[in-house]
Amino acid sequence: MKPADFEYHAPKSLDEALALLAAHRDDGKLLAGGQSLVPVMNFRLARPAHLIDLNGIAELDYLREEKGVLRIGALTRHAAFHRPALAGPTGELLRQVVQHIAHYPIRMRGTFVGSIAHADPASEWCVVVRLLEAEIVARSQRGERRLKAADYFHGTFATALEIDEVLTEVRLPVLDRSWRVGFYEFSRRAGDFALAMTAVALKRAGQKISEARIAIGGVEDRPSRVAAAEALLVQGRSPADAAGAVASAVRPMEDIHADAAYRKDLVRATTERALAQALA
Amino acid sequence: MSQPIAFTLHVNGKDYAVRAPARRSLADALRDDCHLTGTHLGCEHGVCGACTVLLDGKPVRSCLMFAVQAQGKEVRTVEGLAQGDKLHPLQQAFWEHHGLQCGFCTPGFLMLAAGVLEAEPDMSDEELKHVLSSNLCRCTGYQNILKAVRAAAAAMKQRPK
Amino acid sequence: MSWIGRSLRRFEDRALLLGRGRYTADSANGAAAVRFARSPVPRGRIRAIAKPDGAMIFTAADLADVKPIRPLLHRPDYVPIAQPPLARERVNYVGEAFAVVVADDAATAEDVAESVEAEIDAEEAVVDLDAALAPGAPKVHDAGASNVIVEGRLHTQGVDAAFQRAAQVVEVDIRSRRQSAMPLEPRGGHAAWDEASGRVTLTCSVQMPHMLRTGLADALGMPEAELRVIAPDVGGGFGQKMQLFPEYVVLVWLARRLHRPVAWLEDRHENFLAAAHARDQHYIVRAAFDAEARLLAVDADIRCNVGAYSCYPTTCGVEPLMALAELPGPYDFREYAVVARGVATNTCMMAPYRGVSRPVLTFTLERLMDTAAKRFGIDPVEIRRRNLIRKFPYTSASGLVYDEGSYLQTLEAAATAIDLPAFRREQARLRGEGRYVGVGFSSFSERSGYGSRAFAARKMDIVPGYESVELAMDPSGYVVARIGASPHGQGLRTTLAQIIADGLGVSPERIRIVHGDTDQTPYGWGTFASRSLVLSGGACKLAAEALARRIAAVAGSLLEASASDIELADGQARVKGTDKAIDIARIARIAYQQSNRIEGGPGLRESATYDPDGTFSNACHAAIVEVDIATGGVKVRRFVVAEDAGLLINPMIVDGQVHGGVVQGIANALFEEIKYDEQGNLLTTSLADYLPPTLAEVPEIEILHFETFSTASVTKAKGVGEGGAIGAPAALVNAIVDALSPFGIEFYEMPVTPPRIRQKLREVNA
Repeated sequence: MKPADFEYHAPKSLDEALALLAAHRDDGKLLAGGQSLVPVMNFRLARPAHLIDLNGIAELDYLREEKGVLRIGALTRHAAFHRPALAGPTGELLRQVVQHIAHYPIRMRGTFVGSIAHADPASEWCVVVRLLEAEIVARSQRGERRLKAADYFHGTFATALEIDEVLTEVRLPVLDRSWRVGFYEFSRRAGDFALAMTAVALKRAGQKISEARIAIGGVEDRPSRVAAAEALLVQGRSPADAAGAVASAVRPMEDIHADAAYRKDLVRATTERALAQALA
Repeated sequence: MSQPIAFTLHVNGKDYAVRAPARRSLADALRDDCHLTGTHLGCEHGVCGACTVLLDGKPVRSCLMFAVQAQGKEVRTVEGLAQGDKLHPLQQAFWEHHGLQCGFCTPGFLMLAAGVLEAEPDMSDEELKHVLSSNLCRCTGYQNILKAVRAAAAAMKQRPK
Repeated sequence: MSWIGRSLRRFEDRALLLGRGRYTADSANGAAAVRFARSPVPRGRIRAIAKPDGAMIFTAADLADVKPIRPLLHRPDYVPIAQPPLARERVNYVGEAFAVVVADDAATAEDVAESVEAEIDAEEAVVDLDAALAPGAPKVHDAGASNVIVEGRLHTQGVDAAFQRAAQVVEVDIRSRRQSAMPLEPRGGHAAWDEASGRVTLTCSVQMPHMLRTGLADALGMPEAELRVIAPDVGGGFGQKMQLFPEYVVLVWLARRLHRPVAWLEDRHENFLAAAHARDQHYIVRAAFDAEARLLAVDADIRCNVGAYSCYPTTCGVEPLMALAELPGPYDFREYAVVARGVATNTCMMAPYRGVSRPVLTFTLERLMDTAAKRFGIDPVEIRRRNLIRKFPYTSASGLVYDEGSYLQTLEAAATAIDLPAFRREQARLRGEGRYVGVGFSSFSERSGYGSRAFAARKMDIVPGYESVELAMDPSGYVVARIGASPHGQGLRTTLAQIIADGLGVSPERIRIVHGDTDQTPYGWGTFASRSLVLSGGACKLAAEALARRIAAVAGSLLEASASDIELADGQARVKGTDKAIDIARIARIAYQQSNRIEGGPGLRESATYDPDGTFSNACHAAIVEVDIATGGVKVRRFVVAEDAGLLINPMIVDGQVHGGVVQGIANALFEEIKYDEQGNLLTTSLADYLPPTLAEVPEIEILHFETFSTASVTKAKGVGEGGAIGAPAALVNAIVDALSPFGIEFYEMPVTPPRIRQKLREVNA
């Protein structure tokens, strides 16, 4: 399973990368962690004629909190989140979620931003990005665009990115300590793709929930928020009811691992459990 | 056809001159160009972990990297674990605890464990088991691999730095 | 001091740990790369093959002189099927090779192979086992009247009467789904023609080098002496690497044709597609019980999907006919009626995989026992207690003779280890919390170490069975043992050294085991079927005893004592009760270089061949699982094995075999399934689709040992390599059913996956 031949480019600056991407827009692919792209190339399901390796672009390698936003540069590896990247519920959520992403060696190379660019329906970070309503920064030779998470995911491996754009950064709004977070995922084995997962963030105001966010992934062809279920929680209804609303609302994918009925069952369970965590 | 690229791989403290097309994986370059065949190919899609090596101290799947990406970095393979004739504590522990049967997955487990224990020697047992679930073994049922790695972790904590 | 029963660390390990193992691909550097172009359709007639310009590519037309692979059973109900080295007029499964490409390197070979296009008139394929049996199903092969290409029957006299008088008749409909042995090292070989000798050396990842050599020589019409087959370090086999595959025929043909080294190194995708699968089986079984829940009779309809071809040398009869012979299992009953059929389909060929049909027949019996236990309102341990064989030797209803075993004792030991009463209390308590745990048992016997008479009874044209060893002590007192078995992880270099060392009174470090190279070893059958320790071990013991007698005779004449007064220990030959001794190494030197001083000719060499009838090990597995009813997820909380493999030569190695087998059993019960779609396309083509378990899915496996010394094995050891895989699935599924008993859900298929569990729970609104 050797990949098809390609021309390899190792730009040292973002501008160089953008120029290459513009030149090879039709048959070029960007390489960051490679943990998703290379298997697909080894199976020859993707055969880019040009591979643009971003790993030498130092200016893309950063992870920092600035004014209530966690700025994740394109070369930040999953492993950077093994310990909380910042104090508070956001750092804790990221730390908890990252343990579910593939396996330790994959997390040494794979990148957060790469997951967003790749948009696998079972990507944990994509769910987090929807939950936190991240801002996604795309650059091309034509300039910079800031995309909202709610508009970004179009389907399986399909996003709002243009073919000459690089995702350079994802900006996660940081949740303050009035929020509680929870995450639950079901997969067949440790490290496997999620067959369903739910990430929740609940803002407490005394005993009540003033704001609820429920983001699901692995179930449909893109991560999504389930407004109907969120509304139930704000109205004081139970997590079981909210989970039921999620199960009713989804139109799940089917594949060799799970049919629609099973995914509905799963997302009900993952939602209940994520909520239980957040409410504990 | 793209032109082959000439570059240097720095493996186990030695430099190797490689001339290979960009599409050659790090695993294949180690095996075919550096003649270090201890790193094995079990799947070539990043699931089995038999190809695990250390890249700047971190365990990575060498079938998921192109060799040219490893230039300027330090690569360590199973051939670089022992110090001359003296087995690394992990190798010693695998031997003592029957942690291998056919041996095909073994270099991958050794490098995974070596990288993780060198970076985080105080890793908890739960975390260690989680990390060891990264690689597949078909022969041992994992029982003795876990025993061996636990024993090696304890031994590595004891030894003088 | 005895070397038997000691957990010596393995001699194999040092090289492997240092990364100095020599697996097939490790010595292929410099060879041209070979890649097969494989059929994208499951069935059709090949009209044309378009060869890209400048490519070195061969098709069936080029290999017209090569004979097809055609394994034989000498039974009237067996339809021989011929498998050509490359598909000729038609393709019969997705993945069947129809052309072979040779290029400078693997990546280029892959580039070329994918550009080779075949024009194939696709025909309607038959994929599903039961569909292939239905009247009017497309016939996979022209030969034979239907897709049934092997059939066996047995019908004891009193079956009907037994069912008439039964107090209860229990029926189970069992479905086992397709598995892949999935060794971590895929198949592969490299072949080089030597211009000086005109011989070809094939280095390949196989379990049966001698058999392969004979089969290859036959297919290629060449004298066997011109071929050398070497099985180097092999990265797992589990049965998948026993076969003569067409790829090896083509590889040797290429080496002879091109006069340059050629290497075919299979990748994982190819291994899923074309290596060999196993256990796509369907058993419909009725069992008659008397009022005391004692089994009276079993009536079984056994159907095995054999795929598109018949595996060589065991043939497609291996799964169905083994199931026929061994379905009675460890239970005492006299009446048995069975029809067992091997059914061809347009899918990858089936071949033995650790346990072969035994995991399925054990699953069948054990689900039957639990189902009957419920019917009778008795405990699952009790029903087994009432039915396990107690008196040995025991001849089964199918005519197999079981030697001494501890079937009852291992059941009791497993039950005691679980502490059933305490477990039931815990189970009830957890149910109150909405948690569902369950326990399941599985009792079984494992046929092992059987020789040529057993294989001959199957009417195989090629009759494996015996094992030989050639033992030689060199002038320095070191021993070389050349064996016909071919280990790939079993630790034979250590265990056989222990047996030989014990017989000769020297340290095992002085014993070198040579295996895998047909030029350096006596004809033998390789390693499979839980045989190597019993058979090669037995031969080693016999040869060591003969060599010990010879050494004692020489020592006697040198020490002026009677040979019967000589004992060999600690590297010396000593006159009993005195301090007159001579180093064995000294004796060896004299035997070769001062042979005039001794009788019986020069040198110290002995051979032995061992060909026993076989011995049955036994075990009881007990599993505790927790089922998450919301997700269908299953966690294995505890796994206990009470096993009896006779005398354990190296307990650590035995435990390793049990561990590995149990985890493959966990895989079989919960995770692994090879799937085809209805059109015959393979859906599980990667390790993201086919799910071997990781460490996280596996509990600590507890093993309790019993040792019923075998009278049917000269070392008193029994084979144990397959046991873990045989018993585990049944224990796990029984445990899942026990966990879900409040919902009244039963499972008679495997794997029991989370979606299947949720489906049944939805049906009862849970």
